[in-house]
Amino acid sequence: MQKDILIKYILGIADNSLILGQRLGELTGHGPTLEVDIAMTNISLDLFGQVRSYFQYTAQLSEEDKTEDDFAFLRKEREYINVLLVEQPNRDFGYTIARQFLFDHFHFLFLNELQNSKDKTLVAIAKKSLKEVSYHRRFSSDWIKRLGDGTEESKRKIQIAINDLWRFTEELFHQTNADVEAIKEGIGIDTDKIKAKYLENVSEVLAEAMLEKPDLKFFQEGGKKGIHSEHMGYLLNDMQYMQRTYPGMKW
Amino acid sequence: MVEEKVHISEKLAPILKQVSDPEIPVLSIIDLGVVRSAEIKNGVAEVKITPTYSGCPAMDVIGDDIKTALLEAGYQAKVDLILAPAWSTDWITEEGKIALEKYGIAAPLEASADKKALLGETNVVKCTNCQSKNTQMVSQFGSTACKALFKCNDCQEPFDYFKCLI
Repeated sequence: MQKDILIKYILGIADNSLILGQRLGELTGHGPTLEVDIAMTNISLDLFGQVRSYFQYTAQLSEEDKTEDDFAFLRKEREYINVLLVEQPNRDFGYTIARQFLFDHFHFLFLNELQNSKDKTLVAIAKKSLKEVSYHRRFSSDWIKRLGDGTEESKRKIQIAINDLWRFTEELFHQTNADVEAIKEGIGIDTDKIKAKYLENVSEVLAEAMLEKPDLKFFQEGGKKGIHSEHMGYLLNDMQYMQRTYPGMKW
Repeated sequence: MVEEKVHISEKLAPILKQVSDPEIPVLSIIDLGVVRSAEIKNGVAEVKITPTYSGCPAMDVIGDDIKTALLEAGYQAKVDLILAPAWSTDWITEEGKIALEKYGIAAPLEASADKKALLGETNVVKCTNCQSKNTQMVSQFGSTACKALFKCNDCQEPFDYFKCLI
């Protein structure tokens, strides 16, 4: 498989975790309770750890003299190909948990399949990450149930967040050209195959939480093509500040 | 249970035994199970380590500490990070588990009991202070990626629980 296509495929996986990790990192010291604060930042740390493994691999594949930091910090907005869902702002705790819940269930099924990839490095990363993502999924699903089956206010707020973020879920399963190529080679994951299971798992938790599954006909897309929502620029501004201000800076 | 052969040269083992996880100073990296191989090749000590959790910030420090310890013992060292097979709590040695308990971190239970403990279904995690099993989970995530936070309902002491990862 052509190296630049493989790199693009890997970035499509890694960018989701990078941007979500950054969003969760914003909660450091700002979580609603100490335990939740620690949980969100722990999840962020897991995601960053996984991202490092992906970027170290793309740096190794890259013919130019690139490092993992180049991939994380020195791309322009349109060069990031994460889904729109993960860049959505924290707003309130309901949004943070709803975003996490909708992503974790996808992430879990995706990594589960990625264990069967023909690419050995991706298999190793998937096996390692899957153990961590199982915890994330359990955590966010528990919170969905607690908020949905909680007070009138918590139920109202989490339902609003689910309704609002639902329009970003379809894009999780879209396939870019690089995705299609990688699937043909047996390296990539056919996301069509996990979609039914995703909807089933998500619906199950929502039902248990006594929440309504939104019934939407229109879905948002763009992130996977590099066309992001307005929130992305602000996020990158924060994330890239140090490297842009002091190029080549190291710890 | 993940069975995995570990090759650690007899000459290097005592040196590596002195290196500990900076987050859990009582536990040597050998007992933690992160050293997957250590061999002397052409006069250079080649050590392969694997992270407990992907984002574990201790890995870089552990790598540096290994190099320092080996250098002091007269070896040039090369440390590689490997991902497969993925680390499992089964790799923590019995000696390591005892050291954890003494330090105030409850050692990981086997998988099914761990799940019940973290879901709050049963009280199976023993308090490291008074040994009571009347304990409750406070948070699934603790002070580091590998731990959950527990509280003892009898002696009221909070303590860490090393999460099971297999």
